[in-house]
Amino acid sequence: MNDISVLTGGRAGDGINSAGLLIAHLFNQMGYQTYMYFDYPSLIKGGHNFTITRAAEQKIGAHRDRCDYLLALSQDSVDLHRHLFSENTVILYDSGRVHGEGQGIPVEAILKAEQAPPVMGNSCIIGAFAKSSGIPFDVVETVIRRQIPKAAAKNLVIARKGYEAVREERIIPRIGTTCCPLVTGNEAIGLGLLHGGLDAYVAYPMTPTSNLLHFLARAARNFPLTVVHPENEIAVMLMALGLSYAGKKTAVGTSGGGFCLMTEGFSLAGGSEIPIVVVMGQRTGPSTGLPTYTGQTELGFVLHAGQGEFPRLVVAPGDPEQAYFWSSIALTLAWKCQVPAVILADKTLCEGTYSLDEKAIGPPETSDLQQSGISGQYRRYSITDNGISPLQFPPLKDAAIKVNSYAHDEDGITTEKADMVRLMTEKRQRKYEALKGEIDALECVKSYGTSSARTALLCWGSTLLVCKEAAKRHGFGVIQPVVLSPFPEEQLKSVIEGTPNIISVEENTEGQLRLLCHQHGIPVASHIAKIDGRPFSVEELDARLGEVP
Amino acid sequence: MMPEKNLITGAQNTWCPGCGNFTLQFALRNAIKGLIADGVPLENIVLVTGIGCHAKMGDYLDINSFYSIHGRTIPVATGIKLANPDLTVLCCAGDGDAYAEGLDHLIFGAKRNTDITVIVHNNRVYGLTTGQYTPTSPLGFRGKSTPQGAPEEPFNPLILMLASGAGFVARSTSRKMPHLSGIIGQALRHKGFSYVDVLQICATYFNVSELYDRQGYELSGHDPSDFSAACAKAEEWDYNSDAPIAFGLFYQEEKPSFEERFSRHPASPGSRKEQIRAFLEMKR
Repeated sequence: MNDISVLTGGRAGDGINSAGLLIAHLFNQMGYQTYMYFDYPSLIKGGHNFTITRAAEQKIGAHRDRCDYLLALSQDSVDLHRHLFSENTVILYDSGRVHGEGQGIPVEAILKAEQAPPVMGNSCIIGAFAKSSGIPFDVVETVIRRQIPKAAAKNLVIARKGYEAVREERIIPRIGTTCCPLVTGNEAIGLGLLHGGLDAYVAYPMTPTSNLLHFLARAARNFPLTVVHPENEIAVMLMALGLSYAGKKTAVGTSGGGFCLMTEGFSLAGGSEIPIVVVMGQRTGPSTGLPTYTGQTELGFVLHAGQGEFPRLVVAPGDPEQAYFWSSIALTLAWKCQVPAVILADKTLCEGTYSLDEKAIGPPETSDLQQSGISGQYRRYSITDNGISPLQFPPLKDAAIKVNSYAHDEDGITTEKADMVRLMTEKRQRKYEALKGEIDALECVKSYGTSSARTALLCWGSTLLVCKEAAKRHGFGVIQPVVLSPFPEEQLKSVIEGTPNIISVEENTEGQLRLLCHQHGIPVASHIAKIDGRPFSVEELDARLGEVP
Repeated sequence: MMPEKNLITGAQNTWCPGCGNFTLQFALRNAIKGLIADGVPLENIVLVTGIGCHAKMGDYLDINSFYSIHGRTIPVATGIKLANPDLTVLCCAGDGDAYAEGLDHLIFGAKRNTDITVIVHNNRVYGLTTGQYTPTSPLGFRGKSTPQGAPEEPFNPLILMLASGAGFVARSTSRKMPHLSGIIGQALRHKGFSYVDVLQICATYFNVSELYDRQGYELSGHDPSDFSAACAKAEEWDYNSDAPIAFGLFYQEEKPSFEERFSRHPASPGSRKEQIRAFLEMKR
């Protein structure tokens, strides 16, 4: 089985992310499935950035603790990753900056001779990588023409020089001719929201969802989409609720710190029954924590965020296909049931780049809720069997559409009457049942290889793919609830039945999903925690599984 | 609800007897009736309120309303206006809302020049929480949280709004109903961010009717297009001392609104799904 890891390292500002992505595209053209992990500190210039671009024959979404090729644009790239090297590691380095063993490429001299800007150094090193791995230059040409169309000619000249500067060392065979789109989790979430009919996106920049803001701001040129970046997350949430009140399907995006500021508006959305979708990209907390690293510590937070009791949808996609599918579903169901919805992602998913299986992304065509015809005076909160009132937007002739953060009556007018408060609380509770009915019709709990396994890994979110890969080595199954609120208790119990030993794998200390399972009477025997801000590598999880008694 | 022509709902009114909000309610209703007479459909008008005594306006006026949370009227109103620029969107906010909890939004509302009207019910005391000082209470104000007297000087919200780029800056008072109606009517018709500070008495916790009656006067001969003159007029009374208090339009400037400037690219032809496919093709 071909399974290749390429580590590209340099300083912030060297364009390491783009270099890693170009390598992913080379693999893509060679018929591989690919995944790229991007590791960077919270600074703009300097520091040490690296990507691990991995290629395999099967779908992947985790990095390996190995380095088959090292492309070093800085000395740190060699020195900090030696533990990943083997005797077969091919090292290519910029001889102007790095004292290395392996093949040096005089990047600066090549750029100077061609009067090319420093940023084109990437193309030089990528040309060299192609030569050393036996990837034909026409593949490099295809990738550069597609991915850097504006400056393709010059980049190709530079890439050719890099290609000619080294010798072939370790061949990467072509294994196919079909290529997939390569997308980040943020892009998959954005596309899923657009698929679901997104009209507006409001966000204040915050890693790891800033790139979703950037992606949608650019997409606003092609889609009928309003994208706003207001003064803070409090304004983000309230502006979004204003847009929703006036009929625009709206989402917001943030991370834990921003969501703290949004919770007052989140509760307002719950109580006033205004649909809203929150993209919550987790990173390492508490507080500012590690801004550019990952974690899964906000499950409890999003399940309980906001004062008062109100139904909410929480989905945690584990790969880009699920991110697309469930983002679309989240928007649709938020509007159908008039509830807030959270798409719970993390840095690994948001900023990882994956081969996308287009066949797996199409969400079901969900019909809009059959709204009972409005007869007589419109009442925003009219009490109905399923708790969902007809949703109308201003301007509506001969009607005043009143929404209210206070306890209110059917007209949306403040009330403190005990009976009405109880009726409205019950109405919102019935919406929970309606929402539960909606999700019960979908496959909310995914399981892989559980039919014959006595042990299964229980995971949520981006750890899905590393769990699938490591579980296979041990003959374990994998169980992944994608919907976490309303909790799909029946589906999970039915999937878990027959698998006596469950190990939760989560990037938090105590196992937040594990504790949730306990509340629902589902025993989870062991827990594997990861609490250093880095995602599991396949080898690390493999070894940790070996330690479980 | 009561017949529409009253614009008043059947909700029981719970303001204190003598509350300045009654004047505001009727001034606002008159101004809205004026808009309707101009041809603005009633259903195109949306009121956003914060939290506090003022905010009950959302319950009492029989028009579209978003009874929001403390300090957040302006972002909500901005979202509504962006969603549908045909709507006339106005905010009723308290001084606690606009000047304390949500001061950032007030400044950004002015900076953006969103085409909304913000009416601040400035009674210079927290009423609904039973009498604490606000950002515009005078130095030494003895409230329940400052029994020894407030240790801070008030700020001057007019100066703040002028500095923030507001294109319509006015002050009126609940002591002058026709003046108030007139100013609100002008504010609603101004294209861009309109700000009206309404000096309102709180009958229970800060009744300074005598001060506003004694020191208040209506601006005349003032050129509202003159920014420097507006600043000078706004500095005349610092919300603290016993100086003359001007009521009227301090400053007005027509400039493009946020919604107009907000870039809306013509959407590319093709359905959403085709656009998504085209994007994915590019990423291949």
